[in-house]
Amino acid sequence: MEVRVANVRKEFDRFPALRDVSLDIRSGELIALLGPSGSGKTTLLRLIAGLERPTTGKIFFGDEDASSKTIQERNVGFVFQHYALFRHMTVADNIGFGLKVRPGATRPSKEEIRGRASELLNLVQLSGLEKRYPAQLSGGQRQRVALARAMAIEPKVLLLDEPFGALDAQVRRELRRWLRDIHDTTGHTTVFVTHDQEEALELADRVVVMSQGQIEQIGTADEVYDTPNSPFVFGFIGESSSLPVRIADGQVWIADRPIGLSAPNHPAGDALLYFRPHDIELLDGCSGCIAGTVVASRRVAGTRRVELEIGGERQRVEIELPVDHIATQKSRIAFRPSRWKLFPVKAPAN
Amino acid sequence: MTTTPAQAGWRFKQPSVIPGFGLTLGFSLVYLTLIILIPLAGLVWRSASLGWVDFWRIVTADRTLKALEISFGTALIAALINVVFGTIVAWVLVRYKFPGRRVVDAMVDLPFALPTAVAGIALTTLYAPNGWLGSLLMPLGIKVAYTPLGIIVALVFVSLPFVVRTVEPIIEEIDKEVEEAAATLGASRFQTITRVLFPGLAPAIITGFALAFARGVGEYGSVIFIAGNLPKVTEIAPLLIVIRLEEFNYPAATAIAAVMLAISFAMLLVINLLQTWSRKRYG
Repeated sequence: MEVRVANVRKEFDRFPALRDVSLDIRSGELIALLGPSGSGKTTLLRLIAGLERPTTGKIFFGDEDASSKTIQERNVGFVFQHYALFRHMTVADNIGFGLKVRPGATRPSKEEIRGRASELLNLVQLSGLEKRYPAQLSGGQRQRVALARAMAIEPKVLLLDEPFGALDAQVRRELRRWLRDIHDTTGHTTVFVTHDQEEALELADRVVVMSQGQIEQIGTADEVYDTPNSPFVFGFIGESSSLPVRIADGQVWIADRPIGLSAPNHPAGDALLYFRPHDIELLDGCSGCIAGTVVASRRVAGTRRVELEIGGERQRVEIELPVDHIATQKSRIAFRPSRWKLFPVKAPAN
Repeated sequence: MTTTPAQAGWRFKQPSVIPGFGLTLGFSLVYLTLIILIPLAGLVWRSASLGWVDFWRIVTADRTLKALEISFGTALIAALINVVFGTIVAWVLVRYKFPGRRVVDAMVDLPFALPTAVAGIALTTLYAPNGWLGSLLMPLGIKVAYTPLGIIVALVFVSLPFVVRTVEPIIEEIDKEVEEAAATLGASRFQTITRVLFPGLAPAIITGFALAFARGVGEYGSVIFIAGNLPKVTEIAPLLIVIRLEEFNYPAATAIAAVMLAISFAMLLVINLLQTWSRKRYG
């Protein structure tokens, strides 16, 4: 089922949580809503579910306008961060709940419901736990039951609100892979919210990066990582360093020196240069480079992060070097970004 | 299925690393003995001096049976009414923020604090045939004061806080997400309440019911004013005990009391078991 969010705005007590958000979700897609807390990602998810109503704007499921439908009519599967299982019901009853509350005409028989529950338990790899109560399960198992419960109603869309947020790192990684498998098997259109970029990049077909109630960028993991379209996305996804620069004569300048990067299409004037710490080349001499004094050096896993102070303004940037690189011994390092991006200094008005 | 170790008969609960198990257990036993067991034993001993035949005659006397029936019957009805409306009151107090909520919240406790005789007199004045409410109900053919209905009204009044105060904290604990989950799964509001929320509240409601019921059975002060105390119609067992005491017929008084005690204990025990069962299920 395709989901289309059209110009949705949501205010809580006059405070805008979402400002004019539009998003097209393709059928069968696995989409991540990624952003810092307060970026409106959960609000957007709840709006799609019908747990909140948009102040203005509409949400379409296929060609149908879902905005006027109640939560019950929308037929969405929603998985909560803290599972929200019914603790007085067994695992099987939890999963069968959505079918049991259907009106008589469309309600499957008891045997069918039981069959469906064990089928789903099989899918989420919890066979044999039908009779357990939620209190007798681990966090990871509970979340899998919650997912099975959401899928039991054959939802048009599956919505997951920080599904792995309450679990420890090991279980998270495991469930991530598992969710991807389930999605590939069942093909539900799935939207999940996360503030964990690793989770979003690894799991999703497309990532929606959000900030301050707006969508910053929509794209595949490669797109948002390699070609971020705003300073926010550059800073939020992956590591990044930035330097204030000046554009003149189609060249990038720091203070009074060109640094050997040409930007013929960029308007002259002040700008911000963004690059990833590992996307650099070291230079020996410095005719057209960025040179800085080493102020700190840290070992991070297989590489060494070196912090440099650049120029009279003492701007700090981080670059990444191989652990045993000769340059880590020096007190002054010259380099030039190999992949980089310029953004206008003034952030676009929100 | 893994085999669980066989439940080995009666066993003390394993003491924890925190010391004081022996001391606190000993204290509890001594305290309960002094405060509850000895007086109750005295009661049984006193009525035992009566002899079996006399005991049976007093207990099965028409007036006694009627009084017991009225006491337990009205207490049961009052507790059931409170279970329904007390739960609703608790729900409203927890779930809705409205002006004056604090005042209403405080009002719920009033029956705890008010001398029950005052409550009885107030209710009688209200519901008497010439009272504010009584005069309105009279044309409809409903008589409250001086009927069993009046007893129920008084008992509802005094036992309301028990249900509200036991159910309130449990409603506060209900996770909003659980309701939302039920809604996304297609459950109507009614289904959410009956199938998801209510079962979770059941243990607390049963506790509230037990407390309200026990309070109703033992209630004296408020009832005697509104009941009219007509033997076999509106005479409650506690009143009959007092009447026997005033006649210096102590054996008869203690005999009735002993029967009340036995019935109450049996009912509370059943309620307790019911509660343990529902806790285990819904825990």
